[in-house]
Amino acid sequence: MKRFCFKTIPVLILTPLCLLFLESCKPKTAQSAAGGDASKSYIAPGKYDEFYNVVSGGFNGQVAVYGIPSGRLFRIIPVFSQSPESGYGFSEETKPMLNTSHGFVPWDDQHHIALSQTRGEHDGRWVFANGNNTPRIARIDLHTFRTAEILEIPNSAGNHASPFITENSEYVLAATRFSVPLDDQNGDVPINTYKKNFKGSISFISIDAVSGEMNIAFQIRTPGVNFDLSRAGKGVSHGWFFVSCYNSEQANTLLEVNASAKDKDFIMAINWKKAEEYLKAGKAKKQAVRYAHNVYDEKTHSATSTIKTEVSVLDPADCPDMLYMIPCPKSPHGADVDPTGEYIVASGKLAATIPVFSFTKIQKAIADHAFDGEYDGIPVLKYEAALHGEVVKPGLGPLHTEFDGKGNAYTSMFVSSEIVKWNIKDLKVLDRVPTYYSIGHLSIPGGPTAKPHGKYVIAYNKITKDRYLPTGPELTQSAQLYDITGEKMKLLLDFPTTGEPHYAEAIPASMIMSKQKKIFKIEENMHPYAAKGEGQVKVERSGNQVHVRMTAIRSHLTPDNIEGVRVGDEVYFHVTNLEQDWDVPHGFAIKGANNAEILIMPGETQTLKWKADRSGIFPFYCTDFCSALHQEMQGYIRVSPAGSNVALLFSTGTNKPAVTTPDKTPADTSNK
Amino acid sequence: MKKLLNSLIVFPAIVICSCSNNKATSDQPADASEVKLGGQASVKDDESAKDVVKIAAGSKDHTTLVAAIQQAELVNALSNAGPFTVFAPTNAAFDKVPKETLDNLMKDANKEQLQDILQYHVYVGKLQTEMMEDGQTLNQVNGQNITISKKDGKILINNSATITASIPAANGIIHIIDGVLLPPSK
Repeated sequence: MKRFCFKTIPVLILTPLCLLFLESCKPKTAQSAAGGDASKSYIAPGKYDEFYNVVSGGFNGQVAVYGIPSGRLFRIIPVFSQSPESGYGFSEETKPMLNTSHGFVPWDDQHHIALSQTRGEHDGRWVFANGNNTPRIARIDLHTFRTAEILEIPNSAGNHASPFITENSEYVLAATRFSVPLDDQNGDVPINTYKKNFKGSISFISIDAVSGEMNIAFQIRTPGVNFDLSRAGKGVSHGWFFVSCYNSEQANTLLEVNASAKDKDFIMAINWKKAEEYLKAGKAKKQAVRYAHNVYDEKTHSATSTIKTEVSVLDPADCPDMLYMIPCPKSPHGADVDPTGEYIVASGKLAATIPVFSFTKIQKAIADHAFDGEYDGIPVLKYEAALHGEVVKPGLGPLHTEFDGKGNAYTSMFVSSEIVKWNIKDLKVLDRVPTYYSIGHLSIPGGPTAKPHGKYVIAYNKITKDRYLPTGPELTQSAQLYDITGEKMKLLLDFPTTGEPHYAEAIPASMIMSKQKKIFKIEENMHPYAAKGEGQVKVERSGNQVHVRMTAIRSHLTPDNIEGVRVGDEVYFHVTNLEQDWDVPHGFAIKGANNAEILIMPGETQTLKWKADRSGIFPFYCTDFCSALHQEMQGYIRVSPAGSNVALLFSTGTNKPAVTTPDKTPADTSNK
Repeated sequence: MKKLLNSLIVFPAIVICSCSNNKATSDQPADASEVKLGGQASVKDDESAKDVVKIAAGSKDHTTLVAAIQQAELVNALSNAGPFTVFAPTNAAFDKVPKETLDNLMKDANKEQLQDILQYHVYVGKLQTEMMEDGQTLNQVNGQNITISKKDGKILINNSATITASIPAANGIIHIIDGVLLPPSK
């Protein structure tokens, strides 16, 4: 009400009136017993959210984009899973994106994302996303909100501890969850020889500063443990990574019990500047491996997949002072670095306290050789020597910590289902709020950066139960938005999320919305089968392959009549959308297709492969309601038996019925 | 001014709503008044090709037509997905219409009549000249037909206006004509 008054009514005339109403009509906030405040999360029609929330999709294999504070879903970006909506992973152009050394892998488990950074702050260029199951890292371009690149990670299994990004996007780190026999070793070994045969790998993926292209710069070989999560150092700790490890027991069965035997596991501190020096000094060994590198080209509108065969590996035994182990209570999960880079918060998910390590103390402990023995040749720092302090009795099951930039940390507590706010310096708990239910990750806009934007914390919960209208045994995932501008956290909104969100980040909308690509310029389309105008339309046969160069524009497909296709033919429909108008995609679908539809953005070409498996007439049509004559946007393909001599013909608008005039025809005949 | 008017209309409505039902609607958003009122014509987009309205608005030979489209409140409709074929009389074509008739049409009281005439110039569908045939009739947006004829390589509408040029638009096509089409009396 207040905002409206001041914004849109001439101040002189109406302000007094407005102020009058302010007292008597000020809407009460909707704080009820269950919480919530519609006035702070409501975005009026046509108004924009303040933040983009980029949310991992878990077992859905996709990344989703929501608005904050409204919680509205804007986009599901296909990444590791085929998407029947867009044809991603179904079209000939996008299939190579899902190629791996295991062949075509059309699904993955997408857990964490990392937004690109410059000088420790978001720069709004790319999102990196991990594929957990068949280890991969994807890069999403924030100009198009599309997956631009996917890189497979060799020597890895369960790519959980990834992607984590350095403050100038120099590297994205990917550490393996499962230690396994290395790719160039005979992996056919008894499983209970873990200690002897299983190794860990930490990959450093370099990011090209201009194109964003990823390459595995080097890997560090480690003892066989489980790596869980990580963060890059920043500010004072730039040049380091901190990675949580569990199963330092090296158990290979019933980890539920056997990986919790010791009081402490480790945070591994990696001096990656040192690793770079060793790499330059030629300390790395080349290892023969096979991994796919898939890149999407916006000019050809096509992806290519290349299998790479070598990786550089640093062995800690040859590289002193590169790795250190910091003891950490019971199976640490999150290892989060505060905005200054000085404090490393390690959340032992089975621990009663949250240890906070000090980077300055870690450096001093290293200089003083305050070691407590070694772990498989890697120096172990004395716990107390590295420790800033412990948050005592924070709650049960600490998992992840984000920061508000005002000296406070917010830790998610899975077991006790709450967010706990505490002060980084004095480690005192300041506030706690319940989450509904069983929070996993949490996100503060800019929370992992050197300059958090604060304002909100979002909880991504694992259990939904009764939060929404029930939908049988399977329920949507639930997120909660809290206002953190005051001393106490305040619940504003519940919103459903798709897939299973793990980590998420939020970035100011202003950093992204102005640079969105609206159309692909038709004249820049370099697709080999593009028809950049209706005059370039063609149907060509090559053996049993038929290539149809088709165009789509409101409101017809060209050609829309195709004859001369035979049973057994593979027909490639290369459809170019001739539109040059934002948000006017056309779709293409044909009866009996064994894949999906394709959606073609303005100026783009995409290809659907279709097998002619029987003779007859097969309709095709535009699937995306494009115009008033969308239902008219259709065509037919005629399939004749194998060996038929029906000529290859194609047209739009000219294949009309033969003119038959029964009265006239006999007369014409008699005149001859 | 228009924006202000809209605001003034919305404002009392909101006040009444939030005051009279204070309890029942206490969870109504505080800034529900900030609703975007423009249609597609107000979309900010410098990348896409121009739609039929934007092309006409950029032509110095079509200022009368554009003014009429605005007066008839057809700007947003013609900025939508279409597709549209717009037969666009030039200023010179409008000059052939008696000034008094034109002035009358531009009056608020005669808005419906103006809309009828302008809608008689629009076909839903994108008809390029090569798709047009001699003797073809097209049912226009106002519900009445025009007739296409071909003479000496030229395309005429209703035997009176000739297509002098065609301009493709993002949401259709504009055929520039040298006469104003008047709907047959109903």
